[in-house]
Order: sequence, then structure tokens, then C-alpha cells
Amino acid sequence: MRRAVVELGAPVLLVVATVLITGVFSRAHQLEFKNALVMTAIAVALYVFIGNSGVISFGHVSFVAVGIYLGGILTVDPETKTFTMPGLFPSLRHTHISVVASLAFAALAGGLYGLAVGLPLMRLSGLPAGIATFAVLGITADVLYYWQKVGPTAQTLSDIPEAGRWTLGVATIIAIAAAYAYQRSRFGRMLRATREDPAAARAAGISIYRQRLIAFSLSGALAGLAGGLYVHQLGLIAPDLTYLDLTFVTLAMLVFGGVASLWGAVLGALAISALNSFLGDAENTVHIGFRLTLPAGTRLVTIGAVMALVIILRPSGLTGGREFGWRRR
Amino acid sequence: VNWGQAIADAISLGALYGLVAVGIGLVFGVMRLINFAYGELITAGAYVLAYTSGWPAPLAIITCVVAVVALALAQERIAFRPLRRMGASPAAMLVATFAVSFLLQAIYLLAFGTRGQIVGTLGQLNRAFTVDGVDIRWIALVATITGGVLLLGTGALLNRTTMGLHVRAAAQDFRTARILGVRADRVIGFSFVVAGVLAAAVSVLYTVSNPLVQPQMGVPITIFALVGVVVGGLDRLWSAALGGFAVGFVYGMFGDLLSSQQTVYLPAVVYGSVILVLLLRPAGLFAPFRARQVERV
Repeated sequence: MRRAVVELGAPVLLVVATVLITGVFSRAHQLEFKNALVMTAIAVALYVFIGNSGVISFGHVSFVAVGIYLGGILTVDPETKTFTMPGLFPSLRHTHISVVASLAFAALAGGLYGLAVGLPLMRLSGLPAGIATFAVLGITADVLYYWQKVGPTAQTLSDIPEAGRWTLGVATIIAIAAAYAYQRSRFGRMLRATREDPAAARAAGISIYRQRLIAFSLSGALAGLAGGLYVHQLGLIAPDLTYLDLTFVTLAMLVFGGVASLWGAVLGALAISALNSFLGDAENTVHIGFRLTLPAGTRLVTIGAVMALVIILRPSGLTGGREFGWRRR
Repeated sequence: VNWGQAIADAISLGALYGLVAVGIGLVFGVMRLINFAYGELITAGAYVLAYTSGWPAPLAIITCVVAVVALALAQERIAFRPLRRMGASPAAMLVATFAVSFLLQAIYLLAFGTRGQIVGTLGQLNRAFTVDGVDIRWIALVATITGGVLLLGTGALLNRTTMGLHVRAAAQDFRTARILGVRADRVIGFSFVVAGVLAAAVSVLYTVSNPLVQPQMGVPITIFALVGVVVGGLDRLWSAALGGFAVGFVYGMFGDLLSSQQTVYLPAVVYGSVILVLLLRPAGLFAPFRARQVERV
């Protein structure tokens, strides 16, 4: 019990601290902190499947995308939608709900999409699984870019209501708590057993397919929720928001922190976000005792180099795949 | 519709993707690693060609090959060798190649800017000659022949030399090959050199028809070739090459014959068929039917 308090408490406290600090800053910096919260939610969603199963997925941004589109479009005023997206499905066009309700829908849609994708794909593992999930991402990105019935396609849809820092923070904490509850449940333990030794797990009567499918659906729901948060943080839907770049950045956050622990996912997301924001500012001059101005483009190179270095020097990530604890086990 | 020209272009594009597929498949064979940063080798070669456009073509091409091979070896030595020595999980290795790809793109962006550079080397190959009233560009012929020669050459290298024997042994069973005296670093280094030469060849041939070089130009090439490799079958080089060729050919035909309005959902259809192939024939479309399927990754 005490262990659970510490292991769940540490990431939750980190998120609460981020939300509290957010209030101190100007609006421009608030955006960066809010973005860090959203990235944390996405990394946690990735962790639920990738961390517990040991199977890589490049497709989770598809579920984030579903959350973004559904969560965003449902909160826009119907009159605006008729004007900006005349081709939209009538049910999408006429519905108008609150931000919080849209988050529930985003999570539900992400979970259902995850289940639908997982049903055939969870039979695969290793590299074929990676490629197949990537193909899912490719299909989702292609359809969202061209199908006028589901969204603004190549246009940018703006004027989506923005969520406050506490909404984002509380939703992220809910995602963390769900991920923790899952990993401590018998399902989470069974899936981790299949990660450590598939043959032994199967011999103990565990269905690898079923356990992976459960984790994939839950992970899809959390990714959908994170997508809902993302759209209400940005206040807009832009084309190509949810393709390779977001996939790479969120995966790198997870690997940077340590794939195999929830603490790693949260720490990695916040650390990379912080570095990203700092370097972004430094390209427009910051004062840290002295004036620092970096040439434009250094941000991407530094982020890339830091991530490559951590992965190469410490493939198990900053946390080494351990949960937060006072004693080293 | 000009069928002759479309088919000639599609065959040459197929040959290019066949080369990329072999480059990726060769490294996969010995290391069980999909190198997502392979496309960045092609981009590097293209930048070298852009900056040596004023030079005589043979000199520019040699510089390009040397630079790309050096970068391929650097990727292996700096990024992938330490990971392999540590026994990193396949997932971590895969993400590492993603990170290398991202880093190289960022470096290109910082060094060469977003606007892109133009390659002038071998531009005269865009002129066409006429056979039976069909216009065929010289590059289509040159790319097809070069691609064919390089594929046969790689095959000969693997089948007729001692080093090639070691590579094939390592691809069968890396640990046993090492016990029998195959030097791991040499075999892997060798496969990266060959992959680098193939990437440089792709840079030269690709930039004739697409002379604009941008930091991210390698990404779609890698993705398409990877689709081909997986659809064709990863475990054999020839099936990977055939898969790469098929993807390039289909892509070239659709690009020439259909208007851009008609091809919007083409990527979705292509990716959908990839999923189908993975589910129904995980070893690849062109893998022999009798082959026992062993899961290695």
C-alpha cells in the first residue's frame, strides 16, 4: 500500500507541480506548460501498451488524432461548422457539447478505434507489429487529410474552446491513475509476464492475444483522451498535426524516460518538453545570468542529439524502467 | 495516355526502390535492425551532388559515394554498435534509428536551410529518345540498367566472395557464425558499406528526375521502400528487392496515369494492403510457400 502511494504519488505530484507553476508565467509560457501536460498524457497512453507489452507501436498517434478531431469538432458552435465545414456528417455538425463532455467522447472513440485496430493486429509481434501499426497511422493521416465528412481536411479549423490548466492537469492525473491501476491489476501483471517470457506466460495459461488487446484498447482510450486535451490546449486543428513528427517526439519522450515504467513516461515527457521550451526561447534570446541567443534550428538539433545520446548510452532510459522509489531495489 | 513512357518511368522508379530495399534488407539481414535513418543517407548524397554541381560528373559521383559510405559507417560506429554491444531490445534499437534520422534531418535543416538546393549533375539525362514513336527519357534507361547491374553485383558479392559468405552466415544465425570465426564488426561494417554504396547510387539516379534537395526528402523514400521490403519479404534479399521494385513500379504507374484528384486515397489503400499482407502472409508475398516461418524479432 505504501509502495503504491509513493509510486503513484511521485508522477502525480510532478504533474500538480507543473500545473501550479503554470499559473506563475505569462500567457506565452503558459502555452508551453500546458503543452507539456498534454505530451505527458500522450506518453502515458503510449506507455500502457508499449511499456507493459514490450511491443512497439507507431500507430498510437492515430488514436490521438481521433481524439483531436472528435473532441475539437464537437465543441465548435454548429453555425460556425455549417459555414466552415459544410461537408461534415450531420451528427457531427449539429452536436455541440462542453469541453469536459467532449473529452469523454474522445476517450471512448479512441478506445473503440484501438479495439477495432487491435482485433486483427494484436496477432502480430515484433517488427511486423511495428510496421502494421505504422500502416494504421498512414491510413488515418491520409483519410483525415482528404475526407471532408470528418473534419476540416487540409484547412485549419480555429476557434476551438481552450481548456484551463486545471482541466488539463486533472485529466492527465486521471490518465496516470488509470495507467497505474491497470499495471497493478491482474491484467497488467499478466501482460508484463508475457513481455518477460512469452513461452512461460503461455504455459501458465495466459492468452497473449487477449492481454495485448486489453492493453491496446485501454491505451487507445487514453490516447483519445490525450487527443481531446491536445485540441483544447491548441485551440485549433491543423493538417499534418498528427503524423510522423508527433509520433516521433512522443515515442522519444517515452524511451528517454524509460519505456518500462510509468514514472519514466511522465519524467521523460516533462523533461523533453522543458528542454524543448527552453531551447525554443533561447533561439529568441533568454537571460540566464547572461544573454543567450542560439541560432535558429539549434533546438531541433539539440533535441535530436540529446535523445539519440540517451538512447545509445542508456537504452533503458533515465529511470532504467523502474518506478519511483526511495530505496534502490 | 502514353503507356510506353509510363511503363519506362515506372520500371526505372521500381529499380530505384529495389536498390533502397536491398540496402535496408542487407543491414536487416545481419543486424535484425530496420534502419529508419537509411533515407538520410540518400539525402546526404543528394546534398553532396547539389554542392558539387559545377564539377565534372564522374568526380561529383565519386565524392557522393565516398561521403555517403562514410556517413553509413559513422551511423553504425557511433549509434548502432554501442547499442548492439549492450544488447539493447529491438524496440530501443528501432527508436534509436528514428532518433538518428530525426537528428540528421535537423542537422540538414540547420546547415542547408529549408528552401532546398538544386542538383545539376547529369541533368542532360532528362532528355528523351524515341523508339517507335514512344518518348523515353535517358534516365529511365540509365536507372534501370544501373539498378539491375548493382543488384546483380550485390548478389555476386554475397554469393561469390568469402566476405559475402560471412554476411550470409551472419544473416542465418549471428551467434553461431561468430562462434565459427566470423568477425561481427567486420561483417556489419561491410554490410553498411554496401548499403552506403547503394544509397549513393540512389542519390545520383533519384536527383536527375527530382533535382530539388530538402532536409526531409529521404523520409518518404524510406517509408515506401520499407513497405516494399515488408510486403516482399524481409528474410531474403531477392524478395525484398522484388517488393521494393513492385512498390516503385505501382507508384510510378499510378503517378503517371491518374490525376492527383484520383490518387488521394492511394496511400490508404497501399497501407491497407500492407496490413493484409502482414496478417495473411507474414513472411512476405514473394517468400517461398514451403518455408518454415520462424519468428526472429
